[in-house]
Amino acid sequence: MTALTPPSSRLRADNLTLGYQRKIIARDLSIDIPDGELTVIIGPNACGKSTLLRALSRLMRPEQGRVWLDGRAINDYATKEVARRLGLLPQSSNAPGDIRVADLVARGRYPHQRLFSRWCAEDERAVAQAMRDTGVVELADRSVDTLSGGQRQRVWIAMVLAQQTPLLLLDEPTTWLDIAHQIDLLELLRELNRNGGHTLVVVLHDLNHACRYASHLVAMRGGRIVAQGPPAAIVTAQLVEQVFGLRCIIIDDPVSHTPLIVPLGRAQA
Amino acid sequence: MNRFASARARQTITAVGLPLACLALALYSLCAGSTLGIGQAFDALRGTAPHNIYVMVTQWRLPRVATALLLGAGLGASGAIFQSLMRNPLGSPDIMGFNTGAHSAVLIAIVLFGGGPTAIVGAALAGVILSAVVVYLLAWHNGIQPFRLIIIGIAIRALLVSLNTWLVVGASLESALTAGLWSAGSLNGMTWAKIVPVTLPITIALILALALSRRMRLLEMGDDAACALGVPVETSRLLLILTGVILTAAATAAAGPISFIALVAPQISRRLASSQTLALPLAALTGALLLLAADVAAQRLFIPYQLPVGVVTVCIGGIYLIGLLLRESRKK
Repeated sequence: MTALTPPSSRLRADNLTLGYQRKIIARDLSIDIPDGELTVIIGPNACGKSTLLRALSRLMRPEQGRVWLDGRAINDYATKEVARRLGLLPQSSNAPGDIRVADLVARGRYPHQRLFSRWCAEDERAVAQAMRDTGVVELADRSVDTLSGGQRQRVWIAMVLAQQTPLLLLDEPTTWLDIAHQIDLLELLRELNRNGGHTLVVVLHDLNHACRYASHLVAMRGGRIVAQGPPAAIVTAQLVEQVFGLRCIIIDDPVSHTPLIVPLGRAQA
Repeated sequence: MNRFASARARQTITAVGLPLACLALALYSLCAGSTLGIGQAFDALRGTAPHNIYVMVTQWRLPRVATALLLGAGLGASGAIFQSLMRNPLGSPDIMGFNTGAHSAVLIAIVLFGGGPTAIVGAALAGVILSAVVVYLLAWHNGIQPFRLIIIGIAIRALLVSLNTWLVVGASLESALTAGLWSAGSLNGMTWAKIVPVTLPITIALILALALSRRMRLLEMGDDAACALGVPVETSRLLLILTGVILTAAATAAAGPISFIALVAPQISRRLASSQTLALPLAALTGALLLLAADVAAQRLFIPYQLPVGVVTVCIGGIYLIGLLLRESRKK
């Protein structure tokens, strides 16, 4: 179904060579991000999934190849223009000391503001909406310093949502969250995708979360894409072993009816 | 909640109080000395006072007060810029060796080429800019990492300090004295002719700093977060460094190296009112007030001796740092 995406994807990458200094992480990597889908990228540590996300969001310039956004090379845009189309939650950000939650979320409006321009009603609406969506309205007047890890993560996501971009890239957004907040967040992402019409790309560690929430799953290993498609169509015990080197059996998730990975220990193998 | 309501009230009080304090101190310093009444000072400013009072107020005292305020504001703003860029309270132009670079250039101009006052101003400018360029280029490695920038700055400063010592040791007594006087940093003998050339670059740089202050705040969240929000990271950082260097260079060229204002002013203003939006203007105002206060103290405290203002700011800075260290060590 989505295995062959139309070439009209808003965001795609052609023959990327990615690396830091001399260390090449990926060669000849191409990917089309299907519009209107919730794409989840999975893979073992150091497989290049975060690096790919950095390249897709122009945080990192590929050594070779190009990232295309709406038909133009992403590096040809002013970075502020990219920020109006594509929002990104990086793996780590520093909250500037003593700042109100509402003020931090308001920073997401930066790409829509001009030099010395004043705060307008549209900015106010976007911030209010983002805070409602992430359930941080009652934290608005708290200082970011005083929040728990999970609350803080939701505030960061609210900031990215306030950017109001059609494309959203999130690098391991569930880190630091307990299981209940992880599910909350994933439900929120699915809602943004289904009702908000956002195209999402999310890097996740948890395979079962990925299978449950992705509409398009991308499995990477060693800087290459091993398989992609709807989870139910591509996830097999063989694929998991190939990608993660983990022996497992796959059963049907009784709740969502997506593949559920049950690892085998040494005793069973 | 309450904490933020009171924080906002404090912001307003500080934003109004600092300019008022500057104004009051400026008036005091126009009147002090061979003492004038406030009325006489106003008459002089309006041009209705007797000639001798008019000259004393508008030609001798006013330029000095104006310079203190202008250079103080410039140094305070440049400190705020560097501390924000380095995400480190020690990231100020004096710690990074830019002042020391100016000192080296001035020493070279005086000792090796026997340069006069104009040469000294030019050399100071060149020294700040050159040392900033060297630090920036040495710190560049696929972009600028703040921590590398500050470490390289400290290393360059150490090198320059030893160069300066060597230059002084080899100098004639007279040139060593001239250089020594310059290196103390002084507002003695300020005239309008000396201020006018630095007013323009400092004003432009202050406006530029204000225009960049939104980007500056976003950069504090880390390069990735800032870029994701649409801030061109390296360009903005370069522009900010350039602005900070212009401010430091102009101040140093006008009055010699005045240390610690850039380091201390942003910290004090943050303690007065922690404000994200007003951080830069408040640091500039605090710098202006501090330098004017230091200059008044330099003139008034040890009559009949007049100290160079740089000596007083070093004392303020030293006392402040010791106080900070004591407080930190007591916390533990």
